[in-house]
Amino acid sequence: MTRVFISCDAASLSLGSARMAQMLGEEAAARGLPLEVVFTGSRGMYWLEPLIEVEAPEGRIAYRPLKPSDVASLFEAGFLSGEAHPLRLGRLEDQPYLARQTRLTFARCGIVDSRSVEDYRAHGGYAGLERALSLEPQAIVDEVKLSGLRGRGGAGFPTGIKWDTVLHAEAAQKYIVCNADEGDSGTFADRMLMEGDPFSLIEGMTIAGLAVGATKGFIYIRSEYPHAYRAMSDAIEIATEAGYLGSSVLGSGRAFTIEARLGAGAYICGEETSLLESLAGRRGMVQAKPPLPALVGLFGKPTAVNNVLSLAAVPWILAHGAQAYAAFGMGRSRGTQPIQLAGNIKRGGLIELAFGTTLREVIEDFGGGTATGRPVKAVQVGGPLGAYFPASMLDISLDYEAFAAAKGMLGHGGIVVFDDTVDLSRQARFAFEFCAAESCGKCTPCRVGAVRGVEVMDRIIAGIEPEKNFEVLDDLCILMTDASLCAMGGLTPVPVRSALTHFPEDFAKAPRIHPAAE
Amino acid sequence: MIGPDRWNRARGCQIIAGYASLDGAALPILHALQEEFGYIHEEAATLVAQALNLSQAEVHGIITFYHDFRRAPPGRHVLKLCRAEACQAMNGARLAEALLQTLGIEWGETTPDGALTVEGVHCLGLCACAPSVLYDGKPLGRVDQEVLGTIVQQARGA
Repeated sequence: MTRVFISCDAASLSLGSARMAQMLGEEAAARGLPLEVVFTGSRGMYWLEPLIEVEAPEGRIAYRPLKPSDVASLFEAGFLSGEAHPLRLGRLEDQPYLARQTRLTFARCGIVDSRSVEDYRAHGGYAGLERALSLEPQAIVDEVKLSGLRGRGGAGFPTGIKWDTVLHAEAAQKYIVCNADEGDSGTFADRMLMEGDPFSLIEGMTIAGLAVGATKGFIYIRSEYPHAYRAMSDAIEIATEAGYLGSSVLGSGRAFTIEARLGAGAYICGEETSLLESLAGRRGMVQAKPPLPALVGLFGKPTAVNNVLSLAAVPWILAHGAQAYAAFGMGRSRGTQPIQLAGNIKRGGLIELAFGTTLREVIEDFGGGTATGRPVKAVQVGGPLGAYFPASMLDISLDYEAFAAAKGMLGHGGIVVFDDTVDLSRQARFAFEFCAAESCGKCTPCRVGAVRGVEVMDRIIAGIEPEKNFEVLDDLCILMTDASLCAMGGLTPVPVRSALTHFPEDFAKAPRIHPAAE
Repeated sequence: MIGPDRWNRARGCQIIAGYASLDGAALPILHALQEEFGYIHEEAATLVAQALNLSQAEVHGIITFYHDFRRAPPGRHVLKLCRAEACQAMNGARLAEALLQTLGIEWGETTPDGALTVEGVHCLGLCACAPSVLYDGKPLGRVDQEVLGTIVQQARGA
């Protein structure tokens, strides 16, 4: 029986992959040909989708991008044995886009049957957990520390140090909370991983539980990701039935269970204290730190809150060793970062690379420039609270420190490309508008500042007393940066100021804000 | 006109009871209620408060804090349009504006015939195939004016 692989990732579905799968099945049945459709996640090469891969002797042969009208001709050309066809691409692994990547966390995504724990295992899954079960908790924590893994959610805090704090907190109950509230525009790596390789997240959380002494985990998934929620819920059930989760993980006598929970459309719940409030069934109001969630977290208990990508990196680290992971990357940014290339880009998708590649390589070599074919004018990195950079600054290296030095942040690794039709004064206004819509409302600089920001930007755009309004804007940015309770209000000035600094021509007149002003 | 009101107290109580024992049960309950009835009826909020031993004010606070929860029935179909930056970069804002203008409604409103509710969302994670929407939970990428027109037609025809 020939196996055909099709992605049922939400983005693939959005491009018609389910319909292709159905049509292939029907056509095969009509022709009396044996065909097994395997549903995988996405390879992260979205410009090629809908895409199918056929199992042939020389590997999986891809045909792309498909329309319903291509189905008959594929069968006639003999695609089931990998034969020639105008849409035949060959092995995806031979495509520079994939060949140039270092896929550690995403090694299986798009390859394995996303609902089969056996397939996960056959592709190296659960080797990390098996090793972890033979180690003392402190040894697991030390391994993660040694790997140099830093939080992939955006803040970049060393994962091992966080775990160490939870491990040494005394409590009868501790929790692992996975932050899957991936709200930044331009990011979708968490979603892809949960839909394409959910067991790696389950394995990572289980190892985290063993490391810090937690027996229960929650995955907080944003409600805008209904497919990821279903994929994770199914995977948790499958892993539980197979003995990978439960009162005795793999017969070890050590318990770990996971529950997936849905957010309800609040960007702020990606902030960890807000997320914990939301999980506890309350409004997602940000809480002052300390106390750290590592000591007083979910339901008041010590809690390790980690991003999907941080947790999903852990099985690889345990299976291959901390040194092997730390061998990738540069400076204090070790390992790999899944970059997500989005917006106005010809070849958008998921690009997992060791830290240190430049923005230009990603946008030009991988992305191939804008989708509209117009020049790149601006690039926003790190989500709605990240900086806008001009085309002249694309040589920034993709690592935490280089972005901080350029007054931006790598964040969760999302890159949104804009062509020359974008008006950066509008984007600056949107930054405030977004903050006004998504602020939790607890602190005044964020709650009121965002609304005032929209108003002042409206006046600037309308050309009303620009001198005075730039001064108000400057004041407002300083206030929000210095006095907000969390990054929502504190970083909203970043996109605004970067737009002003790098694109003064888009504001009615040259800004009076000093680029050096903090 | 808005969509049909499917609220049913007995069924509501049943749903609440099914989730009330969870830790931090409020969001799972509210999601289940909205899934069943399309919105959170005022009476449902009172029942949730009783079941979770919360004040009505607290439940009201939760419902109004989160963008997802509706306090009135939606139209027969719901279109969620992404308004975030990656979709803006692909002309999403202008498409959305034109759609709302054609339908004569604002964000979060329902067409007068009760066919379609249009809601804005900040990112669907389909940013490499922008602009994107969710129509009755089904994702659609690389959306243009024609696709949106078809959606409106379908919503009105069904």
